[in-house]
Amino acid sequence: MEFKDYYKVMGVPRDATEAQIKQAYRKLARKYHPDVSKEKDAEARFKEVGEAYEVLKTPEKRAAYDQLGQGPSAGQDFRPPPDWGAGFEFSGAGARDSDYSEFFESLFGGRARAEAADGRGAFHGARSHDGRGEDHHAKVMLDLDATLRGGARQLSLRVPEIDAEGRLRTTERVLNVQVPKGILGGQHIRLAGQGARPQGEGTPGDLFIEVEFQPHPLYRVDGRDLYLDLPVAPWEAALGATVKTPTPTGTVDLKIPPGSHAGSKLRLKGRGIPASPPGDFYVVVQIALPPGNDDKAKAAYAAMAAALAFNPRATLGV
Amino acid sequence: MSTSGNQPLPGDIFEESELLTVAELSRICAVDERHIVELIEEGVISVVEIGTTEWRFSGTALRRTRLALRLERDLELNLAGVALALDLMEEVERLRRALGERM
Repeated sequence: MEFKDYYKVMGVPRDATEAQIKQAYRKLARKYHPDVSKEKDAEARFKEVGEAYEVLKTPEKRAAYDQLGQGPSAGQDFRPPPDWGAGFEFSGAGARDSDYSEFFESLFGGRARAEAADGRGAFHGARSHDGRGEDHHAKVMLDLDATLRGGARQLSLRVPEIDAEGRLRTTERVLNVQVPKGILGGQHIRLAGQGARPQGEGTPGDLFIEVEFQPHPLYRVDGRDLYLDLPVAPWEAALGATVKTPTPTGTVDLKIPPGSHAGSKLRLKGRGIPASPPGDFYVVVQIALPPGNDDKAKAAYAAMAAALAFNPRATLGV
Repeated sequence: MSTSGNQPLPGDIFEESELLTVAELSRICAVDERHIVELIEEGVISVVEIGTTEWRFSGTALRRTRLALRLERDLELNLAGVALALDLMEEVERLRRALGERM
Protein backbone atom coordinates (compact mmCIF):
# COMPACT_ATOMS: atom_id res chain seq x y z
CA MET A 1 0.00 0.00 0.00
CA GLU A 2 1.03 3.59 -0.43
CA PHE A 3 2.75 5.36 2.45
CA LYS A 4 1.09 8.67 3.34
CA ASP A 5 3.28 11.55 4.39
CA TYR A 6 0.85 13.36 6.65
CA TYR A 7 3.27 16.20 7.29
CA LYS A 8 3.56 16.85 3.58
CA VAL A 9 -0.23 16.71 3.18
CA MET A 10 -0.59 19.37 5.87
CA GLY A 11 2.39 21.35 4.62
CA VAL A 12 4.03 21.48 8.06
CA PRO A 13 7.55 20.46 9.21
CA ARG A 14 7.94 17.23 11.16
CA ASP A 15 8.61 19.18 14.33
CA ALA A 16 5.52 21.36 13.98
CA THR A 17 3.77 22.29 17.20
CA GLU A 18 0.17 21.35 17.91
CA ALA A 19 -0.81 24.97 17.32
CA GLN A 20 0.89 25.00 13.90
CA ILE A 21 -0.84 21.79 12.92
CA LYS A 22 -4.21 23.15 13.97
CA GLN A 23 -3.62 26.35 12.03
CA ALA A 24 -2.59 24.44 8.92
CA TYR A 25 -5.64 22.22 9.21
CA ARG A 26 -8.07 25.10 9.54
CA LYS A 27 -6.60 26.85 6.55
CA LEU A 28 -6.66 23.75 4.35
CA ALA A 29 -10.09 22.68 5.57
CA ARG A 30 -11.56 26.03 4.58
CA LYS A 31 -9.80 25.87 1.23
CA TYR A 32 -10.94 22.37 0.32
CA HIS A 33 -14.26 21.95 2.14
CA PRO A 34 -16.53 20.39 -0.49
CA ASP A 35 -19.44 22.65 0.45
CA VAL A 36 -17.37 25.78 -0.02
CA SER A 37 -14.52 25.01 -2.39
CA LYS A 38 -14.57 25.31 -6.14
CA GLU A 39 -11.13 23.69 -6.39
CA LYS A 40 -10.79 20.60 -8.51
CA ASP A 41 -10.61 17.40 -6.43
CA ALA A 42 -11.73 19.41 -3.38
CA GLU A 43 -13.43 16.42 -1.84
CA ALA A 44 -10.44 14.10 -2.21
CA ARG A 45 -8.07 16.74 -0.88
CA PHE A 46 -10.39 17.49 2.04
CA LYS A 47 -10.48 13.82 3.03
CA GLU A 48 -6.71 13.59 2.80
CA VAL A 49 -6.29 16.66 5.00
CA GLY A 50 -8.88 15.39 7.50
CA GLU A 51 -7.07 12.06 7.75
CA ALA A 52 -3.69 13.72 8.25
CA TYR A 53 -5.13 15.97 10.95
CA GLU A 54 -6.80 13.04 12.66
CA VAL A 55 -3.37 11.46 13.13
CA LEU A 56 -1.24 14.53 13.81
CA LYS A 57 -3.58 16.20 16.29
CA THR A 58 -3.70 13.15 18.57
CA PRO A 59 -0.43 12.86 20.51
CA GLU A 60 -0.49 9.03 20.73
CA LYS A 61 -1.27 8.57 17.07
CA ARG A 62 1.28 11.13 16.03
CA ALA A 63 3.97 9.51 18.18
CA ALA A 64 3.17 6.09 16.73
CA TYR A 65 3.16 7.50 13.21
CA ASP A 66 6.49 9.24 13.77
CA GLN A 67 8.06 5.88 14.66
CA LEU A 68 7.51 4.78 11.08
CA GLY A 69 10.04 7.39 10.02
CA GLN A 70 9.79 8.96 6.61
CA GLY A 71 8.43 5.79 5.04
CA PRO A 72 9.79 4.11 1.93
CA SER A 73 10.67 6.31 -1.01
CA ALA A 74 7.80 7.36 -3.20
CA GLY A 75 6.08 4.60 -5.13
CA GLN A 76 7.50 1.83 -2.97
CA ASP A 77 5.27 -0.58 -1.18
CA PHE A 78 4.65 0.03 2.50
CA ARG A 79 3.90 -2.57 5.17
CA PRO A 80 3.42 -1.69 8.83
CA PRO A 81 6.17 -3.24 10.98
CA PRO A 82 5.09 -6.35 12.94
CA ASP A 83 5.40 -4.57 16.28
CA TRP A 84 3.38 -1.64 15.01
CA GLY A 85 1.40 0.20 17.62
CA ALA A 86 2.76 -1.79 20.55
CA GLY A 87 2.63 0.29 23.68
CA PHE A 88 0.23 2.82 22.26
CA GLU A 89 -3.38 3.04 23.13
CA PHE A 90 -5.54 4.80 20.63
CA SER A 91 -8.81 6.18 21.70
CA GLY A 92 -11.49 8.54 20.56
CA ALA A 93 -11.23 8.15 16.84
CA GLY A 94 -13.64 11.04 16.43
CA ALA A 95 -14.99 9.13 13.51
CA ARG A 96 -16.46 11.12 10.69
CA ASP A 97 -18.53 9.63 7.98
CA SER A 98 -15.70 10.04 5.53
CA ASP A 99 -13.64 7.03 4.69
CA TYR A 100 -9.95 6.85 5.41
CA SER A 101 -7.20 5.50 3.21
CA GLU A 102 -6.02 1.91 3.32
CA PHE A 103 -2.85 3.23 4.93
CA PHE A 104 -4.76 4.85 7.79
CA GLU A 105 -7.00 1.82 8.25
CA SER A 106 -4.04 -0.54 8.46
CA LEU A 107 -2.48 1.58 11.20
CA PHE A 108 -5.40 2.82 13.23
CA GLY A 109 -8.42 1.25 11.59
CA GLY A 110 -9.62 -1.76 13.56
CA ARG A 111 -9.38 -0.50 17.08
CA ALA A 112 -10.40 3.04 16.41
CA ARG A 113 -13.46 2.04 14.49
CA ALA A 114 -14.62 -0.52 16.98
CA GLU A 115 -14.54 2.17 19.64
CA ALA A 116 -16.38 4.60 17.47
CA ALA A 117 -19.07 2.05 16.77
CA ASP A 118 -19.56 1.40 20.46
CA GLY A 119 -19.34 5.03 21.34
CA ARG A 120 -21.98 7.65 21.34
CA GLY A 121 -22.89 7.10 17.76
CA ALA A 122 -20.61 9.46 15.96
CA PHE A 123 -21.05 7.18 13.02
CA HIS A 124 -24.29 6.53 11.13
CA GLY A 125 -26.01 3.31 11.86
CA ALA A 126 -24.50 2.84 15.27
CA ARG A 127 -27.37 4.41 17.11
CA SER A 128 -31.00 3.60 16.86
CA HIS A 129 -33.89 5.63 18.17
CA ASP A 130 -36.87 3.84 19.64
CA GLY A 131 -36.32 0.70 17.57
CA ARG A 132 -35.94 2.58 14.31
CA GLY A 133 -32.77 2.43 12.24
CA GLU A 134 -30.87 5.60 11.47
CA ASP A 135 -31.61 7.66 8.42
CA HIS A 136 -28.88 7.71 5.80
CA HIS A 137 -27.87 10.54 3.51
CA ALA A 138 -26.33 10.64 0.06
CA LYS A 139 -25.89 13.08 -2.78
CA VAL A 140 -26.18 12.43 -6.50
CA MET A 141 -25.70 14.29 -9.76
CA LEU A 142 -28.69 13.80 -12.03
CA ASP A 143 -29.24 14.70 -15.64
CA LEU A 144 -31.81 17.43 -16.05
CA ASP A 145 -34.04 15.09 -18.05
CA ALA A 146 -34.62 13.06 -14.90
CA THR A 147 -36.65 15.88 -13.34
CA LEU A 148 -38.15 17.14 -16.61
CA ARG A 149 -39.63 13.77 -17.47
CA GLY A 150 -39.23 11.72 -14.31
CA GLY A 151 -38.13 8.14 -14.69
CA ALA A 152 -35.94 5.39 -13.34
CA ARG A 153 -32.23 5.99 -12.83
CA GLN A 154 -29.47 3.74 -11.56
CA LEU A 155 -27.91 5.63 -8.68
CA SER A 156 -24.54 4.52 -7.43
CA LEU A 157 -24.00 5.37 -3.77
CA ARG A 158 -21.00 4.84 -1.56
CA VAL A 159 -22.14 3.46 1.74
CA PRO A 160 -19.94 3.31 4.84
CA GLU A 161 -20.50 0.12 6.81
CA ILE A 162 -18.91 -1.36 9.88
CA ASP A 163 -17.86 -4.93 9.31
CA ALA A 164 -17.63 -7.79 11.81
CA GLU A 165 -14.15 -6.70 12.90
CA GLY A 166 -15.36 -3.21 13.61
CA ARG A 167 -13.64 -1.71 10.59
CA LEU A 168 -15.23 0.91 8.44
CA ARG A 169 -15.58 -0.14 4.84
CA THR A 170 -17.10 1.68 1.95
CA THR A 171 -19.23 -0.46 -0.27
CA GLU A 172 -20.92 0.52 -3.47
CA ARG A 173 -24.66 0.27 -3.48
CA VAL A 174 -26.55 0.59 -6.72
CA LEU A 175 -30.18 1.52 -6.42
CA ASN A 176 -32.73 1.66 -9.16
CA VAL A 177 -34.75 4.70 -8.22
CA GLN A 178 -37.86 6.25 -9.70
CA VAL A 179 -36.88 9.92 -9.77
CA PRO A 180 -39.90 12.05 -8.92
CA LYS A 181 -40.75 14.40 -11.77
CA GLY A 182 -40.27 18.03 -10.88
CA ILE A 183 -37.63 17.61 -8.17
CA LEU A 184 -35.39 20.68 -7.82
CA GLY A 185 -31.68 20.99 -7.17
CA GLY A 186 -31.00 20.93 -3.42
CA GLN A 187 -34.13 18.90 -2.71
CA HIS A 188 -34.06 15.34 -1.43
CA ILE A 189 -35.51 12.12 -2.76
CA ARG A 190 -36.72 10.17 0.24
CA LEU A 191 -36.61 6.39 -0.03
CA ALA A 192 -38.59 4.99 2.86
CA GLY A 193 -36.96 2.04 4.61
CA GLN A 194 -33.67 2.23 2.68
CA GLY A 195 -31.65 3.62 5.59
CA ALA A 196 -29.89 1.65 8.32
CA ARG A 197 -31.43 -1.41 9.89
CA PRO A 198 -31.88 -1.08 13.64
CA GLN A 199 -29.65 -3.18 15.87
CA GLY A 200 -32.57 -5.04 17.37
CA GLU A 201 -36.18 -5.29 16.33
CA GLY A 202 -37.78 -2.43 14.50
CA THR A 203 -38.12 -0.66 11.19
CA PRO A 204 -35.20 0.51 9.06
CA GLY A 205 -34.53 4.24 8.65
CA ASP A 206 -34.99 6.22 5.47
CA LEU A 207 -32.47 7.17 2.82
CA PHE A 208 -32.32 10.85 1.84
CA ILE A 209 -30.67 11.57 -1.50
CA GLU A 210 -29.81 15.20 -2.17
CA VAL A 211 -30.13 16.05 -5.83
CA GLU A 212 -27.88 18.22 -7.94
CA PHE A 213 -28.00 18.61 -11.71
CA GLN A 214 -25.25 18.07 -14.22
CA PRO A 215 -24.82 21.06 -16.52
CA HIS A 216 -27.19 20.81 -19.48
CA PRO A 217 -25.88 21.61 -22.98
CA LEU A 218 -28.74 24.05 -23.67
CA TYR A 219 -30.50 25.08 -20.50
CA ARG A 220 -29.35 26.80 -17.33
CA VAL A 221 -31.22 26.05 -14.15
CA ASP A 222 -32.21 28.65 -11.57
CA GLY A 223 -34.40 27.04 -8.93
CA ARG A 224 -37.46 25.91 -10.84
CA ASP A 225 -36.84 28.16 -13.86
CA LEU A 226 -34.86 27.29 -16.98
CA TYR A 227 -32.94 29.69 -19.22
CA LEU A 228 -32.01 29.28 -22.87
CA ASP A 229 -29.77 31.62 -24.86
CA LEU A 230 -31.39 31.94 -28.28
CA PRO A 231 -29.30 33.36 -31.13
CA VAL A 232 -31.35 35.48 -33.56
CA ALA A 233 -30.35 37.39 -36.70
CA PRO A 234 -30.33 41.22 -36.49
CA TRP A 235 -33.33 41.51 -38.80
CA GLU A 236 -35.27 38.93 -36.76
CA ALA A 237 -34.67 41.02 -33.64
CA ALA A 238 -35.46 44.33 -35.37
CA LEU A 239 -38.46 43.30 -37.43
CA GLY A 240 -39.80 40.48 -35.29
CA ALA A 241 -39.99 36.90 -36.44
CA THR A 242 -41.24 33.47 -35.58
CA VAL A 243 -38.34 31.13 -34.94
CA LYS A 244 -37.91 27.47 -33.99
CA THR A 245 -36.90 27.18 -30.34
CA PRO A 246 -36.03 24.05 -28.35
CA THR A 247 -37.86 23.65 -25.04
CA PRO A 248 -37.94 20.72 -22.59
CA THR A 249 -41.33 19.71 -23.97
CA GLY A 250 -40.27 19.88 -27.62
CA THR A 251 -39.55 22.44 -30.30
CA VAL A 252 -41.92 25.39 -30.39
CA ASP A 253 -42.46 28.28 -32.80
CA LEU A 254 -41.50 31.31 -30.74
CA LYS A 255 -42.56 34.82 -31.66
CA ILE A 256 -39.73 37.32 -31.33
CA PRO A 257 -41.35 40.74 -30.93
CA PRO A 258 -40.09 43.55 -33.19
CA GLY A 259 -37.48 45.76 -31.50
CA SER A 260 -35.94 42.96 -29.42
CA HIS A 261 -32.35 43.50 -28.36
CA ALA A 262 -29.55 41.42 -26.93
CA GLY A 263 -30.54 40.31 -23.44
CA SER A 264 -34.31 40.64 -24.04
CA LYS A 265 -36.07 37.96 -22.00
CA LEU A 266 -39.10 36.13 -23.28
CA ARG A 267 -41.02 34.04 -20.80
CA LEU A 268 -42.84 30.82 -21.56
CA LYS A 269 -44.95 30.41 -18.47
CA GLY A 270 -45.00 27.02 -16.82
CA ARG A 271 -42.48 25.44 -19.20
CA GLY A 272 -39.65 25.21 -16.67
CA ILE A 273 -39.15 22.34 -14.26
CA PRO A 274 -42.53 20.64 -13.76
CA ALA A 275 -42.56 21.16 -10.00
CA SER A 276 -45.62 22.36 -8.13
CA PRO A 277 -45.98 25.16 -8.99
CA PRO A 278 -44.08 24.62 -12.25
CA GLY A 279 -41.19 26.90 -13.13
CA ASP A 280 -41.00 29.14 -16.18
CA PHE A 281 -38.87 28.87 -19.28
CA TYR A 282 -36.94 32.00 -20.19
CA VAL A 283 -35.51 32.66 -23.62
CA VAL A 284 -32.69 35.19 -23.58
CA VAL A 285 -32.18 36.85 -26.97
CA GLN A 286 -28.64 36.89 -28.34
CA ILE A 287 -27.91 38.78 -31.54
CA ALA A 288 -25.82 36.75 -33.98
CA LEU A 289 -24.13 38.79 -36.69
CA PRO A 290 -23.82 37.28 -40.13
CA PRO A 291 -20.17 37.33 -41.27
CA GLY A 292 -19.31 40.15 -43.67
CA ASN A 293 -16.68 38.25 -45.56
CA ASP A 294 -18.02 37.97 -49.12
CA ASP A 295 -19.02 40.63 -51.65
CA LYS A 296 -22.74 40.10 -51.22
CA ALA A 297 -22.58 40.45 -47.45
CA LYS A 298 -20.27 43.45 -47.66
CA ALA A 299 -22.71 45.16 -50.04
CA ALA A 300 -25.60 44.46 -47.68
CA TYR A 301 -23.75 45.91 -44.69
CA ALA A 302 -22.68 48.94 -46.74
CA ALA A 303 -26.28 49.52 -47.85
CA MET A 304 -27.40 49.40 -44.22
CA ALA A 305 -24.70 51.84 -43.19
CA ALA A 306 -25.78 54.23 -45.94
CA ALA A 307 -29.48 53.91 -45.21
CA LEU A 308 -29.45 54.17 -41.40
CA ALA A 309 -28.30 57.09 -39.31
CA PHE A 310 -27.26 54.84 -36.45
CA ASN A 311 -24.74 55.69 -33.77
CA PRO A 312 -24.33 52.67 -31.45
CA ARG A 313 -22.18 54.82 -29.12
CA ALA A 314 -24.67 57.64 -28.66
CA THR A 315 -24.99 56.89 -24.93
CA LEU A 316 -21.22 57.31 -24.52
CA GLY A 317 -21.47 60.93 -25.65
CA VAL A 318 -19.25 60.42 -28.69
CA MET B 1 -21.87 -4.30 -4.41
CA SER B 2 -25.55 -4.77 -3.88
CA THR B 3 -28.23 -4.02 -6.37
CA SER B 4 -31.90 -3.40 -5.89
CA GLY B 5 -34.38 -5.39 -7.94
CA ASN B 6 -35.62 -4.52 -11.38
CA GLN B 7 -38.56 -2.56 -10.08
CA PRO B 8 -37.42 1.01 -9.45
CA LEU B 9 -37.83 2.13 -5.84
CA PRO B 10 -40.48 4.81 -5.61
CA GLY B 11 -39.02 8.02 -4.16
CA ASP B 12 -40.93 11.05 -2.99
CA ILE B 13 -39.72 14.65 -2.81
CA PHE B 14 -39.03 15.16 0.84
CA GLU B 15 -39.38 18.96 0.68
CA GLU B 16 -42.99 18.59 -0.46
CA SER B 17 -44.02 16.56 2.55
CA GLU B 18 -45.68 17.95 5.64
CA LEU B 19 -43.87 20.29 8.04
CA LEU B 20 -41.18 18.86 10.31
CA THR B 21 -41.00 18.94 14.09
CA VAL B 22 -37.79 19.56 16.01
CA ALA B 23 -37.73 15.85 16.93
CA GLU B 24 -37.99 14.77 13.29
CA LEU B 25 -35.31 17.16 12.07
CA SER B 26 -33.07 16.05 14.90
CA ARG B 27 -33.53 12.37 14.05
CA ILE B 28 -32.97 12.81 10.29
CA CYS B 29 -29.80 14.83 10.90
CA ALA B 30 -28.69 12.51 13.73
CA VAL B 31 -28.11 15.41 16.09
CA ASP B 32 -29.39 16.26 19.53
CA GLU B 33 -32.66 18.23 19.75
CA ARG B 34 -30.94 20.83 21.92
CA HIS B 35 -28.53 21.49 19.10
CA ILE B 36 -31.40 22.12 16.68
CA VAL B 37 -32.76 24.64 19.17
CA GLU B 38 -29.34 26.35 19.25
CA LEU B 39 -29.36 26.56 15.46
CA ILE B 40 -32.76 28.26 15.61
CA GLU B 41 -31.66 30.67 18.32
CA GLU B 42 -28.61 31.66 16.29
CA GLY B 43 -30.80 32.23 13.24
CA VAL B 44 -29.07 29.50 11.22
CA ILE B 45 -32.36 27.83 10.42
CA SER B 46 -35.77 29.38 10.62
CA VAL B 47 -39.08 28.17 11.87
CA VAL B 48 -42.35 28.32 9.96
CA GLU B 49 -44.94 30.09 12.09
CA ILE B 50 -48.20 28.26 12.07
CA GLY B 51 -49.70 29.65 15.24
CA THR B 52 -49.08 26.65 17.45
CA THR B 53 -46.81 26.34 20.42
CA GLU B 54 -44.59 23.77 18.72
CA TRP B 55 -41.84 24.73 16.32
CA ARG B 56 -42.18 23.50 12.74
CA PHE B 57 -39.84 23.58 9.76
CA SER B 58 -40.35 23.36 6.07
CA GLY B 59 -38.48 20.59 4.29
CA THR B 60 -35.90 23.03 2.96
CA ALA B 61 -34.52 23.28 6.50
CA LEU B 62 -32.98 19.80 6.01
CA ARG B 63 -30.33 20.90 3.52
CA ARG B 64 -29.50 24.01 5.49
CA THR B 65 -29.26 22.13 8.77
CA ARG B 66 -27.01 19.42 7.33
CA LEU B 67 -24.81 22.00 5.67
CA ALA B 68 -24.58 23.93 8.95
CA LEU B 69 -23.63 20.80 10.87
CA ARG B 70 -20.90 19.92 8.35
CA LEU B 71 -19.40 23.40 8.47
CA GLU B 72 -19.52 23.43 12.25
CA ARG B 73 -17.82 20.06 12.56
CA ASP B 74 -15.29 20.22 9.71
CA LEU B 75 -14.20 23.83 10.05
CA GLU B 76 -14.64 24.02 13.81
CA LEU B 77 -16.81 27.12 13.44
CA ASN B 78 -19.03 28.51 16.14
CA LEU B 79 -22.70 29.02 15.35
CA ALA B 80 -22.37 32.72 14.58
CA GLY B 81 -19.64 31.81 12.10
CA VAL B 82 -21.82 29.10 10.57
CA ALA B 83 -24.72 31.55 10.17
CA LEU B 84 -22.45 34.07 8.49
CA ALA B 85 -20.89 31.44 6.20
CA LEU B 86 -24.31 30.20 5.12
CA ASP B 87 -25.54 33.69 4.30
CA LEU B 88 -22.40 34.45 2.31
CA MET B 89 -22.60 31.13 0.48
CA GLU B 90 -26.17 31.94 -0.54
CA GLU B 91 -25.07 35.34 -1.76
CA VAL B 92 -22.25 33.79 -3.81
CA GLU B 93 -24.69 31.31 -5.31
CA ARG B 94 -27.08 34.11 -6.22
CA LEU B 95 -24.28 36.15 -7.83
CA ARG B 96 -23.02 33.13 -9.77
CA ARG B 97 -26.49 32.58 -11.17
CA ALA B 98 -26.81 36.23 -12.13
CA LEU B 99 -23.44 36.01 -13.83
CA GLY B 100 -24.45 32.83 -15.66
CA GLU B 101 -27.47 34.61 -17.05
CA ARG B 102 -25.35 37.20 -18.74
CA MET B 103 -22.60 34.92 -20.01
